[in-house]
Amino acid sequence: MKQSFFEIVKNVALTADVYKMELSGDTSAITAPGQFVNIKLEGKFLRRPISVCDCVEGLLTIIYKVVGEGTAQMAEMQAGEKLDILTGLGNGYDLSTAGEHPVLLGGGVGVPPLYMLAKQLVAQGKKVSVVLGFNKAGEVFYADEFAALGADVTVTTVDGSMGVKGFVTDALPADYTYFYTCGPEPMLKAVYKASATSGQMSFEERMGCGFGACMGCSCKTITGYKRICKEGPVMRKEEILWES
Amino acid sequence: MGKLSVNLCGIEMDNPVIPASGTFGYGYEFAELYDINCLGTFSFKGTTKDPRFGNPTPRIAECEAGMINAVGLQNPGVEKVISEELPRLARCFHKPVMANVSGFSVEDYAYTCEKLDQEAQVGWLEVNVSCPNVHGGGMSFGTSPEAAAEVTRAVKKVATKPVMIKLSPNVTDIVSIAKACEAAGADGISLINTMLGMRIDLRRRTPVIANKMGGFSGPAIFPVAVRMVYQVANAVNIPVVGMGGVSTARDVIEMMMAGATAVEVGAANLVDPFASKKIVDDLPAEMEKYRIEKLSDIIGAVK
Repeated sequence: MKQSFFEIVKNVALTADVYKMELSGDTSAITAPGQFVNIKLEGKFLRRPISVCDCVEGLLTIIYKVVGEGTAQMAEMQAGEKLDILTGLGNGYDLSTAGEHPVLLGGGVGVPPLYMLAKQLVAQGKKVSVVLGFNKAGEVFYADEFAALGADVTVTTVDGSMGVKGFVTDALPADYTYFYTCGPEPMLKAVYKASATSGQMSFEERMGCGFGACMGCSCKTITGYKRICKEGPVMRKEEILWES
Repeated sequence: MGKLSVNLCGIEMDNPVIPASGTFGYGYEFAELYDINCLGTFSFKGTTKDPRFGNPTPRIAECEAGMINAVGLQNPGVEKVISEELPRLARCFHKPVMANVSGFSVEDYAYTCEKLDQEAQVGWLEVNVSCPNVHGGGMSFGTSPEAAAEVTRAVKKVATKPVMIKLSPNVTDIVSIAKACEAAGADGISLINTMLGMRIDLRRRTPVIANKMGGFSGPAIFPVAVRMVYQVANAVNIPVVGMGGVSTARDVIEMMMAGATAVEVGAANLVDPFASKKIVDDLPAEMEKYRIEKLSDIIGAVK
């Protein structure tokens, strides 16, 4: 973990309420895809935890959805403004168990952390399938960016206005060796049930600190209590204990 | 003895700054960032007899100038704290540490305190009779002078280290409770724990926190804390440790002028992991501003 200031390079809308922000600063603490950063905003007491979408030598990309006052404030920010950010938080995805044909399943703002993961898996020479799920065509983002990496991309929409009609679980490819997923909890549960292989899932929870001090975001797993922010947010399928 | 040093219940501290229980774990998350030996001491995560997961999530809610938590004393239980956490803590912190203890019966408190009292690195026992997030324990011992005194007596019977009782602000007369603890043998009083609070999610029309209510902390509660520290410090003859919304070196000085011998820093650590270190670093310059030669001179300066 590192605390440092980042400067906004770019802050653009991808859809009506999803934004992409590029920031320059010290990214040395970011060691794995699936980690997150925690952003201090003027006038807000707690930081905002946001997943890392991409990170290339001093350039951090995050994608966030405007869901409340904090993210609305972020959407108004301009290039040149500075942000106090904690980086290198959480465990991130483990690539070593991917096999030859991993499938990456993202739902809504669960899509961004899979980007850096896809990039690294492609670089390792894997055949990477990506399924991106949204409610409708107007909410779709980053499908082209994933395709540009060399991944095989399928988009699903609940209303069928783009790609396959249905959920990410309706577009699972044949013969995949492992899965990685991030999205809302109902989607994670569906993936858990529908998946034929082992895999890793990224969770979210309301956090206090984001670095393991407050125990605000703990969850129960087969292997004991874990802090989503520290031992998570990525859990292995085998250790997940659904409570409801 | 430096100009920042204070003496808390017979133990000399380099400075009065103490990260509060529940906001600093067992120290090692912070030791990754800086040498935590710059602190006066710290109060480690509230420990109970048995392991606890705590309350269901969500258990955090943001507020204006503060936050609500309803963690509910998650901890691995006293046996594991002693066998696993304290050895790890000893590798990154080399001063006497404050052991924070909670319980669900008088016997629980005595059991856990007796175990932790035997640990060499434990300097003080901070007995939490004020957790608002557990039922049938915690705060229920801190809301009546008789119950608080009973816990104090039971702990004093087994403890060789100084015993501080951590009080709740969620009471009508905190002074009577502090006095009852003093009469029962407490060596010090620490206050305030969090204030009972609640937030509502307007879209869902539900409480933000699964447990509905939780403990409100952060800068918003600072004036309430200063008032209560002032009231208690003027009513008892044992040291008082002040806390509640302390975020700056200036706040530390204010708490001490109100009567605190040492000062705990809570929620600020969660927002800025360097908060406690910054306070220690800022104290000399802040003292100069108010022409304070020695920090201990100002304890209770306000009459």
